Amino acid sequence: MEETDLVVLWGSNARETHPIFFHHVLRGVRNGARLYAVDPRRTSSAQWADAWLGLDVGSDIALANAIGREIIAAGLANEEFIRRATTGFDEYRARVDAYTLEYAERETGVPAALIRDLARAYATAPRAMICWTLGITEHHNAVDNVIALISLALLTGHVGRYGSGLNPLRGQNNVQGGGDMGALPDRLAGFQHVENDPLRARFDAAWGVTVPPKRGWNLTGMFSAMERGELTALYVIGENPAQSEADQGKAVRALAGLEHLVVQDIFLTKTAAMADVVLPAAAAWAETEGTVTSSERRVQRVRKALEPPGEARDDLAIIFDLAARLGADWGEPSAEAVWDEVRRLSPVHAGMSYARLEAEGGLQWPCYDEQHPGELFLHARLWEDPVPGTRAPFVPVDHDPPVDRLDADFPIRLTTGRRLDSFNTGVQSGGFRSPLRRGETIDLAPEDAARIRVADGERVRVVSRRGAVEAPVRIDEGLRPGLAFMTFHFPDDVATNLLTIDATDPKSGTAEFKATAIRVEKLRPVARRPRRSRAIVGARGGR
Amino acid sequence: MSTEIERIFYEPPARPTRIPEAPPAEPQPAVELTLDGRAVTVPAGSTILDACRAAGIEIPTLCFLESLTPVNVCRVCVVEVTGSRVLVPSCSRRVEPGMEVLTASERVRHGRRIVLELLASAVDLSLAPGVAEMLDAYGADPLRFGPSAPAAAAGEREARHPGHHEPPDGAAAEIVALPVKVDNDLYVRDYSRCILCYRCVEACGTDAQNTFAIAVAGRGFDARISTEYDAPLPSSACVYCGNCIGVCPTGALMFRSEFEMRAAGTWNEARQVTTDTICPYCGVGCTLTLHVQDGAVVTVTSPMGSAVGEGHLCIKGRFGFPFVQERPTG
Repeated sequence: MEETDLVVLWGSNARETHPIFFHHVLRGVRNGARLYAVDPRRTSSAQWADAWLGLDVGSDIALANAIGREIIAAGLANEEFIRRATTGFDEYRARVDAYTLEYAERETGVPAALIRDLARAYATAPRAMICWTLGITEHHNAVDNVIALISLALLTGHVGRYGSGLNPLRGQNNVQGGGDMGALPDRLAGFQHVENDPLRARFDAAWGVTVPPKRGWNLTGMFSAMERGELTALYVIGENPAQSEADQGKAVRALAGLEHLVVQDIFLTKTAAMADVVLPAAAAWAETEGTVTSSERRVQRVRKALEPPGEARDDLAIIFDLAARLGADWGEPSAEAVWDEVRRLSPVHAGMSYARLEAEGGLQWPCYDEQHPGELFLHARLWEDPVPGTRAPFVPVDHDPPVDRLDADFPIRLTTGRRLDSFNTGVQSGGFRSPLRRGETIDLAPEDAARIRVADGERVRVVSRRGAVEAPVRIDEGLRPGLAFMTFHFPDDVATNLLTIDATDPKSGTAEFKATAIRVEKLRPVARRPRRSRAIVGARGGR
Repeated sequence: MSTEIERIFYEPPARPTRIPEAPPAEPQPAVELTLDGRAVTVPAGSTILDACRAAGIEIPTLCFLESLTPVNVCRVCVVEVTGSRVLVPSCSRRVEPGMEVLTASERVRHGRRIVLELLASAVDLSLAPGVAEMLDAYGADPLRFGPSAPAAAAGEREARHPGHHEPPDGAAAEIVALPVKVDNDLYVRDYSRCILCYRCVEACGTDAQNTFAIAVAGRGFDARISTEYDAPLPSSACVYCGNCIGVCPTGALMFRSEFEMRAAGTWNEARQVTTDTICPYCGVGCTLTLHVQDGAVVTVTSPMGSAVGEGHLCIKGRFGFPFVQERPTG
C-alpha cells in the first residue's frame, strides 16, 4: 500500500473499519499516491481522498463499466498485457460500449468529468490498487460487482505486480481463514473444489471416508432450505444469525421452525437463546491455541492467555467429543495436529509449520514447502511469457439496480455499515465502554431531515417493506439527499435488520444489506417516552 | 457464468515460475566515519545512532522510537562531532563521510547529565523504564536544584499565557506537576510524568494515526501536551486508538485499568504474564500482546516489530478485550 501510485477505495470506509490498514494507505498518500474514494457516503475515509465519487447505492457496475469504456476509448488499455495474459477482451469491449460517461452520470449520480478523471488516472498510474469491502459484496449481484472491478485491473495490467493489485479487505479476523479451511459449501481446505474428483479423492483417502461429491448450501441457501423444510437441524458455531441476517423477522421464523438447534458460542446470544442445546465455547483468540488468516493471506498464531470461564471449552475439544459420540475416535484434540493435517492436504499451506509461523511472525499463502517464503502478492504468473496455466478471463457484466426499489412510499435509500468503535451485532464490542459510542441512530442528509421536518436527536419511525424500527435522527452532512445510514451494532435496541432485504447473490449467497428502500416518519410528539428504543416486528407492507 | 471462469474455480491455479517479491531496495553508497576513533562503514542515509547501534555502541535515548520520525527534543542521545560547535542529537543527525564522532567524551557525559538532571528534577520519572539506570550511569543529581516546588492546581498551568511565567526564585525546583486528567473510561493522562518527547503527538499525527487530537501548547516551561483548547478528551478529536499510550516512555499516558489498579495497590508487574495473539475484530491481523495478571487481561500492547501495525492499534484492538472476561452477574 505504501509503494503505489494510486489507490481506489471502492465501497470501503477503511478509516473506521480497517484502521491500521488505513495507516498504510495514508503512508502511501504521504509518499505521493493519489487516493480516490468511491462510496455513496462521504465517509471519514473519503475525506482523505483526492476525489470522492459519491455514487448511488448499487450503481457500481454502471460506474466500473463506464471507467472501462473510457480507458479503452482513450487508448489507455494495456494492449500487450490483454493480448498475452487475458481472454474475452472483445466481448468485454462490446459490452461496456453502451456505458457512456453520460449514461453513467445518469445512473450513478457521479459527474462525468470525475469518472473520466478516475479512469485516466487509474490507467496511467505506474502502479495502482483497487480495495473494496462490503460496499461491493453486500448486494444481490455481489460477484458481478467484484468481476467489474477485476476487469478494470485486467484492462490496465494493475494486477500481479508489486504495488498494483486487487484487495478485498476482510471484515473479521479469520473470515479469510474460514474460507481457506473449506468452510465454504463448494470447497475443501486450500480452496480445492469439492466437485473436482482427483482433489476430493485425496481427502477421501486421508480421512477414510467418502466426502460428499457435490457442493452444499451456503448460509442463505441454508435459510431457504429451512423455509422449505428441507433443513431441520442446525449446528451454529460462533455466529448470531438471529440478529445478523437480513430480513431478521424471516430469519428468526426460520430458526424457530427447526426441529433441533445447537448453538456453540462464548455468549448466550439471541440465537443461543433459541437453541435446544447450547455448548459454551472458549474465546478462540485468547483462550485457545490455533491460527487465523488475515486479509493479506497471512496465517498467524493465536495463543491461549486466559482460562475459559466455567464449563466453556475449546471448540476443538467440543468437536472432538462430538466426533467420539458419533463413533469416530480422533484422539486428543491438538490445534497443531489439526494444522499439520491441513498442511498435508492443502498444498498452499504445506510449508507453514508452527515453528515457522512462530519464528517468522506468520506466513502468507501460498507457501508450498518449508523453504518457500510465502507469496507477497498473487497472480505474478500473468506477467510471464507465456503465461503458465489459464489466462485471466474478462467476464462482461451488466448494471442491475438494487432489488428493493425506491418509490413514492419508500423514497429513501438506506445503507448499513460499521462505525469505528463497534463491531457487527455488538456481541464483542458491547463489552467495553467506548467514549465514542452514541447508540443506534438513523443518519439522514440535512436536506431530507429538513423535508421530513425532523431535528437532530429526534426519534423517528423508519419503515421498510418488511419491518419498522424507531431510532433517533443524526444529521450527517456526508450523506447526499435521498441516502440514509444505520449500523446493526445495537440490535437489542434497534433491530436494523428488520428493515433489510434478504435478496441474495445467487453465486455468493450474500444478502443485499447495502440497499434497503425506506421511508422516515415523524412521530407525534409524546411526553416522557422511555429512552430506550424499541423494535417493532411485523409492520405492514407488501413483499 | 462462462465455462472459462468456472474452470478457474475448479482447477488449482498454476504457480508462477518465480516467487513474487518486492523490488530490491536501491543500494546506498557506503559512508566511512569514525566512532570513538574506530573506523566504521554504514549505508548513506543512516543516522549516527544507527551507526552506533550497528557498531555495538550504546547510546541512551528517551524521545527516540524506531517507528516514529526523530524529533530530537530530549537531547539525551547527544554526541560530539569534531568541528561542530554544539553537541548533536545522534537520533536524527545523518552520517557524513569522514565524520569523527565521540560518544562518551566528558563533554558528552556532561551534556547528558545536565539533561537528565533537568528532566528528573521537574518530571516524575518513577515509571519510566531505564531512567533510574541512566541517572546512575551519568552521576545525575536532580536534587541539587533543591526541593520540588508545589504542584500546580487544576487548570493553573493551562491558563498561563506564553511569556507570563514568573521566573523561579531558586528556593525550590520548578516541576511540571498538575492533577491527573481522568475524563473517560479508557485512559488517563498524568502530565506530571511528561517529558514532552512528542512521541504521542507524532503517533496521533502523521507518523501513524493522522487524527491530530493533540499538540504541544504553551512555550518554555509551560509547554505541555494538550487537546485543542485543553478540551476534555470526549470533546476532542480523539478516537481512542491509544497509540499515544503505546509510545509513551514515562507512563504519563496509561490505561484507566492500570491507573486504578495502581491507585488500589493491586498492580503487580511481577505477577503479569504476556501472551501474543491476534486481534479478534477486523481482518487486518494486528498482533495483540495481552498482559494478564491473576487470570485477567489488565492492559494490551502491540509489538513494535510487527510488520502489520508497527505497534499501533485501533480502539477495538487496544480496548475491546473486556468481552472475553465478562461473567454473568446476579
